[in-house]
Amino acid sequence: MTTKDGKNISFRQWLRTYEGQKLYVSILFLIIPLALLLLFTFLPAVNMIGYSFQERDQFGVDPKFVGFDNYRKIFSDPDYFITFKNSLYYLAGSFVQQIIALLVASILCSKIRAKGFFKGVLFFPYLMNGVAVSIIFLRFFTKGNPPLTQEGTLNSVLMLFGAEPVRWFDPSNTFLVNCCLVFVSIWRYIGFDIIMYIGAIQSISPDLYEASDLDGANPWQQFRYIVFPCIKPIVSLQLILAVKGAISVFEIPYIITGGNYGSSTFVIKTIETAFKKKQVGLACAMAVVLLVIIIVVTLIQKYFFREGDEKPAKNSKKEAA
Amino acid sequence: MNGEKQKKPVYISQIVIKILSYAVLIGGCLMVLIPIAVILLGAFKDGKEFANTGVFQLPESFALDNFKTAFFEGKVMRGLVNTLLMIVISCAGTIMTGTMTAFIIQRFDSKMTRLIKGAFLLATLLPNISMQVTVFQIISKIGLYNTMAAPIILYVGTDIISIYIFMQFLGQIPVSLDESGIMDGASYPRIYFSIILPNLKPAIATVLIIKFVSIYNDFYTPQLYMQDERLLVVSTVLYKYISSTKIQWEVVFAGIILCIIPTLLIFLFLQKYIYSGLVSGAVKE
Repeated sequence: MTTKDGKNISFRQWLRTYEGQKLYVSILFLIIPLALLLLFTFLPAVNMIGYSFQERDQFGVDPKFVGFDNYRKIFSDPDYFITFKNSLYYLAGSFVQQIIALLVASILCSKIRAKGFFKGVLFFPYLMNGVAVSIIFLRFFTKGNPPLTQEGTLNSVLMLFGAEPVRWFDPSNTFLVNCCLVFVSIWRYIGFDIIMYIGAIQSISPDLYEASDLDGANPWQQFRYIVFPCIKPIVSLQLILAVKGAISVFEIPYIITGGNYGSSTFVIKTIETAFKKKQVGLACAMAVVLLVIIIVVTLIQKYFFREGDEKPAKNSKKEAA
Repeated sequence: MNGEKQKKPVYISQIVIKILSYAVLIGGCLMVLIPIAVILLGAFKDGKEFANTGVFQLPESFALDNFKTAFFEGKVMRGLVNTLLMIVISCAGTIMTGTMTAFIIQRFDSKMTRLIKGAFLLATLLPNISMQVTVFQIISKIGLYNTMAAPIILYVGTDIISIYIFMQFLGQIPVSLDESGIMDGASYPRIYFSIILPNLKPAIATVLIIKFVSIYNDFYTPQLYMQDERLLVVSTVLYKYISSTKIQWEVVFAGIILCIIPTLLIFLFLQKYIYSGLVSGAVKE
């Protein structure tokens, strides 16, 4: 292929050497992914930061520089600030979710019949279409449109037991509305946590259980002194991820209540501001705030889990085997 | 004596724990199944019956009229076809770009590729939904608004998790395989196509599963970029039902069941891969 004689190597010939191949293969293989990355990730991100200091409509006609006004509005206008409060419901919900998931996962790791069935049923909601889930729960809490009527599935169950029907989506009771939505969120996502925890628990050496059995430990003691310490890193990782999840809630409340009855979330508000009110500048400021929160949380996560990062992946592989 | 005394309470508490365990599991399953069962029952009732019967009452007949209405007039069929088309094209695109990117970054270690890797990792931080505020303007500027190309290009172009999975997996494929290819005089493209790509099959399967689930269930991207009636996908078909003024609930329910069936089938056949695939995908996020 290549001659030792330097003069005889033309550019075309050089491209055939491995050195040359490296160059053109790199360019050929990376050009599309990099172009897409720049166009649909970094360019919008830069725009976002720039626009967030402007008063700007959808088409960017005649934008006006307003400094930090947009940011000030997010943190002072109660209409916007309430969305932070609402994400606390989801944060509390995901704590409950972790506890239940851990309980169910440890049950599924004990000697139980029809494990596969239980695991499958509990996991399936995670795979379901979000719009389908939301409509199912519209029906669960109400009898449909308008979403304020009462005879949903849940009330039918309550009435079977002789209880009074409850108006779940009561506009004057935002606490209840948000709790219902958090319930839907737990219903949908808990299966995933269960599977994660099962993977983690199964990666614990069986010797530890045997030893504790010999010592006469009961299931609670086994959980408290063997299982929990072993899976603690994953539990804390999940709790940190829950912060990200809580601030990014979107789909379920958007479809079920449309963000009404005091159930708006930060992302719903961002999208509304951008595409309904057409205040792109303000929406960009909100997106930047979300970005900053997520970066801070991620840095915390990276700081605490530098070594534990790879653990969950390994466990999941074990689970598959 | 002493031994007996010790054994008995352990025995009882074990039974109690067993019973409680099953109670938790069965309770959980009922929580999952009851809301879905109600939808299934409703889907078989006709309009009048639906309005006048309780949610747990069995339908008079198991006629499939609502399913037919939802499938043809309710455009569930169109939604399924469009969704499938989007999934196939996006998956093909992601596998091409993802494996190529991973190959270059993982195998050609240099300052440049490390920088590029950093850029991709940085991109995972950006919150997808709220980024759409500015992505939307770029999409409309290049004329992709209201075309199927808009979601597809976003599914392919902003999917960094897949690249990450491919990179992880490539790290486990020994470099000596590439080197033996080089010994035989294979060019780099040849190495990529006949050594790397076939060895990446398990990772490709994982990415396909993650991609399928996420695109099939994605609501926001199609809702934002494909307002056209002809471009309805599964999520937007269902959303259209409940955002109209007069809702025929029994048809909506039939539509929901029809949209869940593909997911259920895939879950039943690929259960094992789905558990591990989704978990390994999400952990990288």
